[in-house]
Amino acid sequence: MNEQQQLLPLFEVFVRSKRGLDHKHVGSLHAENPEQALEYARDCYTRRSEGVSIWVVKSSDITASQEEDARSFYDPMDDKPYRHAMHYQLPEPVNNM
Amino acid sequence: MTTDQTALLQYALGEADDALILGQRLCEWCYHAPYLEEDLALANVSLDFLGRAQNFYQYAAQLDPQQRTADQLAMLRDSREFRNLLIVELPIGDFAFTMARQFLLDCFYVEFMTALQGSADPNMAGIAAKAIKESQYHLRRSHEWLLRLGDGTEESHRRMQIALDQIWGYTMEMFENSPAENELLAEGIAVDRSALKPAWDTRVNTALVEATLSRPEDGWSVRGGRDGIHTEHHGHLLSELQFLQRAYPGLEW
Repeated sequence: MNEQQQLLPLFEVFVRSKRGLDHKHVGSLHAENPEQALEYARDCYTRRSEGVSIWVVKSSDITASQEEDARSFYDPMDDKPYRHAMHYQLPEPVNNM
Repeated sequence: MTTDQTALLQYALGEADDALILGQRLCEWCYHAPYLEEDLALANVSLDFLGRAQNFYQYAAQLDPQQRTADQLAMLRDSREFRNLLIVELPIGDFAFTMARQFLLDCFYVEFMTALQGSADPNMAGIAAKAIKESQYHLRRSHEWLLRLGDGTEESHRRMQIALDQIWGYTMEMFENSPAENELLAEGIAVDRSALKPAWDTRVNTALVEATLSRPEDGWSVRGGRDGIHTEHHGHLLSELQFLQRAYPGLEW
């Protein structure tokens, strides 16, 4: 990685593949500002008609959960099966839920 | 074959050659751009021009009395038979030079392709309708680079100004109609290049002021591409571009 790239901020790219679907995270890239990030996202992630809409977000603006929080964040949910719909009897016409 | 068809063939070939040579120049940045994102972006622009060249060559092939294919027109003609403008064959120089040239050409192409969409020839109009969308995006990119480098650091400003000064004399040729174009003008097939100059001037002047760059003086100008008289760089470009077909005639993959 050259010096220039270290100076450019990192952006996360989200692409919506079709109208009606959600934006999905597809990767990240370096750019000088959000406008340039949007163009690079267009050039790097939609060259094969992958999208109809793009979001770019500065990576530093994302607040993410941390590995060390896992014990208190996620473990407590492991023994609460009553929160899942698995114990309900589904009516015949409903195949999947 | 009518005179019209000869003129139309020349017209399509000129446009095809411009796009092919510029596309070839741009793809020289592949793996050499300042960073990965720009590398891909430039390669995309290059591919747009190669695609545009293919469209024009395919049309030229239909008009060719010698019945050459699009590939043969692109890969088996010599330098003197190429009709591209000199501005597109100049070496890529530094990044500022590449972007300065691209900006000046994109400003031209946005005007030219808009006008060509109204051509009385449906094939030319159809190719233009596709090309205009690409050129509008190219201009968005090259305009931003002009601003970023012109109004950037002392060094980037200096390089951008040098690039403009070096290219300026090659821009005049863009606004000169070839004999073929003059012939096709009356029927509403060709675009009158000289009529595009005021709109081009406005675009360029506005951007240069914004980028804190000075417009070079109209002093010297070079021409000859449309007559097949090229710079010393053209043959070297062709030797790389055409190597495979020359060394292994008819090779396909």
